[in-house]
Amino acid sequence: MTEIPMLLATSGFDTFVQTLFKALALGSLYSMLALGFVLIFKATQTVNFSHGALALAGTWFLSMLFIDWDIPGRFIPGPSWLHWGIALLLAMTVTALFGLIIERLTIRPMIGEPIFSMAVITLGLEVIIRVIADDAVRLTPRALGIPWGSDTFSLGGALVAWSYVAAVVMAALVFFAVWRFLRTRTGVAMQATAFDQEAALAQGINVGMIFAIAWAAGSALAAAAGIFASMSPWAAAGVASREGAFFAFRALPAVIVGGLDSVVGALAGGMLIGFVEIFAGQYLSSYANILGFGYQQVIPYVVMLIALLIKPYGLFGTEEVRRV
Amino acid sequence: MRGRPNLYTSYSSESRLFPTRTQQVAIGIAFLLLLLMPFDLPVIDQIPLIRFLGDNSWLRVVNRMLIFCIAALGLNILSGLGGQVSLGHAFFMGVGAYTAVLVGGPGSANLWGWGLPIWIWLPASGVVAAVVGILVAPAAVRVRGLYLAITTLGLVFIGLHLSRVFPEIAGPGSLGRKWPKLELRLWKEENPILDFSRDGHWFWFDISDNQKTYYFLLALLTVFALWAANLARTRTGRALAAIRDQDVAAEIMGVPETKYKTIAFAISSCYAGVAGALLASISGQMPPEAWDLILSVEFVAILLIGGMGRVSGALAGTFFVVLSPRFVEEIIEWMTKQAEGDGAFSGLWDSIISLGSGDFGIVSISETALGYPIPYSALDEIIYGALIVIFMLFEPLGLYGIWINVRNYWKGWPFSY
Repeated sequence: MTEIPMLLATSGFDTFVQTLFKALALGSLYSMLALGFVLIFKATQTVNFSHGALALAGTWFLSMLFIDWDIPGRFIPGPSWLHWGIALLLAMTVTALFGLIIERLTIRPMIGEPIFSMAVITLGLEVIIRVIADDAVRLTPRALGIPWGSDTFSLGGALVAWSYVAAVVMAALVFFAVWRFLRTRTGVAMQATAFDQEAALAQGINVGMIFAIAWAAGSALAAAAGIFASMSPWAAAGVASREGAFFAFRALPAVIVGGLDSVVGALAGGMLIGFVEIFAGQYLSSYANILGFGYQQVIPYVVMLIALLIKPYGLFGTEEVRRV
Repeated sequence: MRGRPNLYTSYSSESRLFPTRTQQVAIGIAFLLLLLMPFDLPVIDQIPLIRFLGDNSWLRVVNRMLIFCIAALGLNILSGLGGQVSLGHAFFMGVGAYTAVLVGGPGSANLWGWGLPIWIWLPASGVVAAVVGILVAPAAVRVRGLYLAITTLGLVFIGLHLSRVFPEIAGPGSLGRKWPKLELRLWKEENPILDFSRDGHWFWFDISDNQKTYYFLLALLTVFALWAANLARTRTGRALAAIRDQDVAAEIMGVPETKYKTIAFAISSCYAGVAGALLASISGQMPPEAWDLILSVEFVAILLIGGMGRVSGALAGTFFVVLSPRFVEEIIEWMTKQAEGDGAFSGLWDSIISLGSGDFGIVSISETALGYPIPYSALDEIIYGALIVIFMLFEPLGLYGIWINVRNYWKGWPFSY
């Protein structure tokens, strides 16, 4: 995740196409992570700082299921890409269950407490999950058995990795699912809860259930984002320890730029940050000796600071009305 | 009016630093204990679980704790008094540390350093960090709550990147560069007047480097703690408390919000800068990655575990967070000894400690082995994370809340319910 290798391209236009695909892919990853943050923020009014650790845990679950235990493969026949797809869903489910347990034990008792206490609880959880997952992953990256590996295809003169396409497709699926969900009865209930927990409770909405759903969905999204971020051009095609957990912190600017409570904001913010990061990485690389090695990784934070100076609640965030 | 501790007849007597006689006595005793602490005392070195008090390795941890106290007091002014929760404290500590090494460190062809004495580099680290705090404040004052926490979190990552842009200051390798030692010189002469980093002889006693450092840090901490405690009684302190409790109301009552938030950022960064410089100095050598998010989180945890908004809370929280890993280590060592022996409960301890590969147990005594029997370096961090969660869940006021409960129990006795 630290180094994004530059694929060789011949002409300026091909470079542009390659950069565009890469930016779309990174933007999708950031959007997926941001969506997880937004869902949990919408329901519980808190930022889940343990998102990255959950992503790391989800990736490790996939590696355990698919590589170590050969889970769908030992029960059903079929091609390996199908097995991998089932294992991916299973890993997301396991992470969702994990999120449910966390929510029930540590977040539910905090309903009505100051939101910062809840945010700090998630910081504590981040430490615990990251250390345990880090310890379980050990020093060498674990294999994930991704069906398309590090294959690429050429589009004109440009080389595009299949994992870019996969990330974009996954993000599109996820956003469609969430968009549909927010229009169901439960989804509307979640929006009501986000607006006012007490009023929602008085209307007969099961607020605890909404918390649980949000955490399960957020954890599953974290797992998906973590897995798709562990593919060949971003990482050494495996579960990276620690780095994986910190990847999610780089999506925080996306959430802030888009607005903490907006699904559209998550998409826009994620894409904006992804595009700025990749295009700056490609087209400013001749100034790297002035900007410093790895400058593209701090660009999200700089964009965030500038965006906050202009719009303190993000592009699509709801402005807080303060009463005295 | 004597003998009625909670009866105040004037505003000035209520706003004294130590209003009651009990508090004055308690502070006196605590200070006396702190003065005696670095020595190997005759009785204490026989008691099993705390016999390490006074050890050299223990003192090193205690010195680290004193520095953390200074930094925690700084964050307490910003977050506890002013209500602005910042995750960028590690960044300001880093600013202080790199100012110290730039002003006080040795220079060479590819490293910048002016080699000035401590009475310049230590204040400079505080002042430069405060100036950086003032520069950051305009962006930080506009946002509040979790948005502020995330914005300041961004500072940490920008700071890490800046350390890569300026290898002349941060040092080229991953090890980092060497910091100036705690030595008092008038100017650049060969032999320091006071040397806190070497064993020596004071009055009639032999005194080790760690003991000297301890007294130096204790003196500094006393100054900073009194400053922090006093600040809460001043106009600035009252303005900050008003902003914390209800910012809109404060502004309507004529408290200029931006001005006082900027002041809070400046003072808090000044504390952080001095603490960062000291921490790097006693560590000797530190990579830029030491000033990362985890350090920032540690200070937020310290404040929440100790109790927000009080000097005593910040100090107690630091005691607890920085010293508890050492206690865990001691307890595990003791359990290992029990498990290896054949006492009455050795089987019980053996079921917790994994003595070698294949032995059943949760905790592994090897520090390097990864994987299922958890190595105790990882156990430290897990316990630390669990402490944050447990305190937030069961005692949101932290150690201060526990103290209030205990005090009220005895105050109300025999009608305590």
